[in-house]
Amino acid sequence: MSKKTYREAITEALRQEMEREERVIIVGEDVAGGAGGSAGGGEAAGGVMGLTAGLCTQFGRERVIDTPITESAIIGMAAGAALTGLRPVAELMFADFIGVCLDQVYNQAAKFRYMFGGKARTPLVVRTMIGAGMGAGPQHSQAIYPMLTAIPGLKVVVPSTPYDAKGLLIQAIRDDDPVIFCEHKGLLGSQGEVPDEPYTIPFGKAAITREGTDITLVGISRMAVLCNEVADRLKKDGISVEVIDVRTTSPLDAATILESVKKTGRLVAVDEANPMCSVASEIASIVASDAFEYLDAPVKKVTAPHTPVPAAPNLEALYLPTPDKIEVVIRDLMDF
Amino acid sequence: MQLSRDQLLSAYRRMRTIREFEERLNVEFQAGTVPGFLHLYSGQEAIAVGICEQLEDARDYIGSTHRGHGHCIAKGVDVKGMMKEIYCKKHGVCGGKGGSMHIADLDKGMLGANAIVGGAPPLAIGAALTAKTLKPGGVAVPFIGDGAANQGTVAEAMNMASVLKLPVVFMFENNGYAEFTAASYATAGSIEARAKAYDIPAVTVDGADFFAVHEAAREAIARARAGEGPSAIEAKAYRFWGHFQGDPQRYRAPNETKDLREAKDCLKHFRSRVTEAALLEDADMDAIDEEVLALIEEAVAEAKADPEPDAQSLYEDVYVAYN
Repeated sequence: MSKKTYREAITEALRQEMEREERVIIVGEDVAGGAGGSAGGGEAAGGVMGLTAGLCTQFGRERVIDTPITESAIIGMAAGAALTGLRPVAELMFADFIGVCLDQVYNQAAKFRYMFGGKARTPLVVRTMIGAGMGAGPQHSQAIYPMLTAIPGLKVVVPSTPYDAKGLLIQAIRDDDPVIFCEHKGLLGSQGEVPDEPYTIPFGKAAITREGTDITLVGISRMAVLCNEVADRLKKDGISVEVIDVRTTSPLDAATILESVKKTGRLVAVDEANPMCSVASEIASIVASDAFEYLDAPVKKVTAPHTPVPAAPNLEALYLPTPDKIEVVIRDLMDF
Repeated sequence: MQLSRDQLLSAYRRMRTIREFEERLNVEFQAGTVPGFLHLYSGQEAIAVGICEQLEDARDYIGSTHRGHGHCIAKGVDVKGMMKEIYCKKHGVCGGKGGSMHIADLDKGMLGANAIVGGAPPLAIGAALTAKTLKPGGVAVPFIGDGAANQGTVAEAMNMASVLKLPVVFMFENNGYAEFTAASYATAGSIEARAKAYDIPAVTVDGADFFAVHEAAREAIARARAGEGPSAIEAKAYRFWGHFQGDPQRYRAPNETKDLREAKDCLKHFRSRVTEAALLEDADMDAIDEEVLALIEEAVAEAKADPEPDAQSLYEDVYVAYN
C-alpha cells in the first residue's frame, strides 16, 4: 500500500494486467505517440494525459498500438478483436468523441451477445475521459455516461478514487462484457492509498463513503468527492449525512441506496450530467418507487443544467454542481 | 488456377444452395410466413462463394451485411439453423433473437450479418488484428456494398488496415443500387480507385464470373496470409430482387431484372464454363440441384415446425454476467 494518484493507479492497473495476460492490448490515438516521427519513432506521449506512459516501451508496439484519428475504426476494431479472442483496452480520448463512433459501441459491441443468441463474448474495455472544470469547452467536457448507462449490454464504470480506479479497471479488463470506463479528468491528480498488488472491485457494489442517519447523498464520479466534502462540513452543524458512491452506473447498486434511504428518509442524487434522463433521475425514480413510505421529504437532484458545457470559467463554475449547491438542497430538505 | 473436380462441385453446391434458399424465401415471404425484413442475395452467389471457398473456419473471418444469407451459407453456417433463425424460432443459430439481418456463427468465423450499412468493416479489421496476433496466416473479409462504400467506417477501416498492415480482403459488391438509388448517382469515382488511394492493391472483376472472383480472391488472400497487408476487390454484382422483398423497384427499367437473370446469372455461367471445358457434366450438377432442393424443403418444414423462443429468453444473454 502506498499513496498514488488516480492517474498512477490507472497506469498500474494497465501494466499489471498486460503483464498477467498477453491477450490484453491497448489501442488508441497516441497511446504511445511518436510513431513515424522525425525523432525516430520511439514512445513520445503515452496518451494525451500520460496514462499509458511507459507501456509501449515495456510491451512493444504490437500490444500498444497507435492508431490514426479514427474513432469508429478504433472502437470497431477493438470490438471485433474482442469478439475473436483478444482483450483490448481501447482509449477513446475524450468521451465527447463517442458521437463519431457510437454505432460501434451500441449497435455492435453492446448487442453481440444478445443478438447472436448468447454465443458471443466481447471482453472490450473503452477507457474514456469525462467531466468539466478544466475550461475545455462544450466538446471536451461532457459527462455522457447516462446515455451509455441506458444501453443494455454495456457496463459503465465511474470511479472517484485512486483505489477504486485501479480495482475497477482490473475488474473491467477481466470482465467478459463490454465496459465503458469513465475517468474524470478533474480527478487525475487526486491522491489516495492504493495497494501495490493487483486486486478487483466487483461491479454493482456501491461504496458507503460516509455513514450517517439524517440524509442520503448519492454521488457519481467526481460528485462523490463533493458529497464527502459536504458531509464533513455539515457534521460540524450536527447534520449526519450518509454518502454513497455508486462506482458503477450499470449495474447500479439500487439495494444499497434503498437501504440507506430507508434509514435516513431523505435523498439527494448528485450528478454532473445534464438533468434529463440523468443517472440522478434514475436513482430518484428508484427511491420514489421503492422507498416512498420511508421518505420524510421529496427526493431531490443536483445536476448540471440543461445546457452544453460553457468554456468561460465563470459560466463553467455556474454549470457544475458544487458543495455549496448541494448544501443548500440538504438544508431545505432538513427543514421540510 | 485449375480447380479440382471436388472443389468445383463444392462451389456449385454452395452457390446453388444460396440460390434455392433465397428463391424459396421469396415464395415463403409472399405467403406471409416469414417475419421481419428480407434482403435476398440471389444473383451475387459467385462473389460470396468465390472467396469463402478459400477460407478456413478456425482462423479466417468474414463480416457481412444486411444482405447476408449468401455470405453465411458460403462460410459454412448450417442452412437449417439459418432458416430457423430467419423464421425467428427457438433453434435458430441465434436462438431467434437475431433474425435475418444478424445471423452469426463465431465457430465458423462468421462475425454476423449486420443491419447497419457499413457496420462490419471496423469489426472485420479487429478480427484481422486477432488473426495477426493469435492465428498466424488468418485473414478477415468484410463484404461491403456500393452503398456502404460511402460510409466513413469503410474509409476508416481501409486506412487503419493499410496503416497497420492487417490481413484483410475488402470484398466490395457493387450491385448497382444502394436501396433505391443507383451507384452511378451516389458513388463518386470508383471503388477500386478509393482502395488504391490507401495503398491497397485493388482489382475489379465481374461478379457473375465465379472463376474471376476466385482468382482475384486467391491472390488477395495469399497477400494477406503472407503478411503483406490488405487488398480490395470490387465485384460488379447483379441483384436479382429489389432492396427488400416487397420493394416495387420503380427505379429499374421494366425488363432489367429479367435481362440480368438471362445474361448475368452466375450459376448458368458456371455451368456452361465447366461443361464446355469438360470439367463437370450436366448430370453432376443436376444431381446437386435435386439434393439442394430437398435440403431447402426440409429446412423450411423444420423451421415452420420449430417452437418459438421461450418467453424467458427475452431476458437472457444480455451479459455474460451482470455484476
